[in-house]
Amino acid sequence: MRVGVLSLQGDFQEHLEALKALPVEAFPVKDEEGIGKIDALIIPGGESTTMGILMTRWGLKEVICKRAKEGMPILGTCAGMVLLAQEVENWKQPLLGLMDVRVRRNAFGRQRDSFECNLDIKGLEGPPFRAIFIRAPVITEAGPSVEVLAHIDDYIVLAKQGNIFACAFHPELTEDTRLYRLFLGL
Amino acid sequence: MEILTGTWKVKVGLAQMLKGGVIMDVTNAEQAKIAEEAGAVAVMALERVPADIRAQGGVARMADPLKIKEIMSAVSIPVMAKCRIGHFVEAQILEALGVDFIDESEVLTPADESHHIDKHKFTVPFVCGARDLGEALRRIAEGAAMIRTKGEAGTGNVVEAVRHMRLIMDEIRRLTTLPKEELIAEAKRLGAPYELVRWVAEHGRLPVPNFAAGGIATPADAALMMQLGAEAVFVGSGIFKSEDPFARAKAIVDAVTYYDNPQILAKISEGLGEPMPGIDIRKLEDKDLLATRGW
Repeated sequence: MRVGVLSLQGDFQEHLEALKALPVEAFPVKDEEGIGKIDALIIPGGESTTMGILMTRWGLKEVICKRAKEGMPILGTCAGMVLLAQEVENWKQPLLGLMDVRVRRNAFGRQRDSFECNLDIKGLEGPPFRAIFIRAPVITEAGPSVEVLAHIDDYIVLAKQGNIFACAFHPELTEDTRLYRLFLGL
Repeated sequence: MEILTGTWKVKVGLAQMLKGGVIMDVTNAEQAKIAEEAGAVAVMALERVPADIRAQGGVARMADPLKIKEIMSAVSIPVMAKCRIGHFVEAQILEALGVDFIDESEVLTPADESHHIDKHKFTVPFVCGARDLGEALRRIAEGAAMIRTKGEAGTGNVVEAVRHMRLIMDEIRRLTTLPKEELIAEAKRLGAPYELVRWVAEHGRLPVPNFAAGGIATPADAALMMQLGAEAVFVGSGIFKSEDPFARAKAIVDAVTYYDNPQILAKISEGLGEPMPGIDIRKLEDKDLLATRGW
């Protein structure tokens, strides 16, 4: 399986490192050709405004949406979650709009409020997942076809809609590969 | 649920999220919005850009909190601000304001000639400048979650940033080739903690993200720093001291993403108007050098 990590901006290198522990071929993608050659895509953490602007400016939005509609699995982490959403609260920015959710950016506050905690995730066996939230977004509203996999109070922090996964935290910053396995069906 | 804030992972994590991006100096809300719309990953809130600090002289201090708050409310991206080297109360104030990253910066006039801030005490992460590996590791030992080259800020001349990045990368490469028994002597030579020296020797990189700053004025400068090993780029005076800040800001953002593609670099470098005026470093007197501040 060929897994592309969108490498316009953000912690794509951390995703590529983390994927080395799995039986997949992982490489960076930042143009149309690259996105055409992969079986699954990860949109990393970073700044969603920056990635959205770059995606639009360099014409990658259409090809990502086309591949998504053909069924290619996409995992968006943090900024990636924002980009997958159909709507962002109180802010206008370019989005992919592949998931029927509304997100709130920086939902827990600024960097001083960034945190780590243990999280129970539906479908993961074993101990709770160590989740790292950095100026993290959350899902505040989700359509009926969205399956909630983890939440903190009323906030949805991990969700799935068909082939699209959105994650508010950073599995790439831990050694735990269970979330990647869930996403890639390994 | 037990929630931990200000952990090392959370601090370094934000630095990691800024990789592959451009952090731009801004002095008001309007500039901050231009930076965000151009694709900046963060802005540095300042009262004066380094070129003006250099021109005007006098003691350069932390910006007015009002100015920082104005910028924080204008944009959704992280906001950084500078405090003077060793001025831990300015840092406390910046943390209280809620800035996302503090730059303990040689661009401001140092407040302490012997000691940098104990950055472990803070919840907010710090970035510090370095000219060589020893300096970088001393700052990391004090708690810096990101390192940037010092370069020579406010000159529009990339030569010092290149010197610092080459030196840091050379020293890292050298450490990876040394037999283990030589690392303790190397730690002594570098003036850096042995544990960090050993970590770098084993991993072949700094334990925190390694960014470039100081004198970057064109998309080609930004791409040069990326090809030399920088993981992201700070642009200070280079954007808002140029003829067309928005076009230049956009082009530098593109250049950091496509730093390895000369075809794209050629295209985005076209017609950007005049860059900021530059200064030949050799014509600066020692007292005017900012990079020699801090140790």
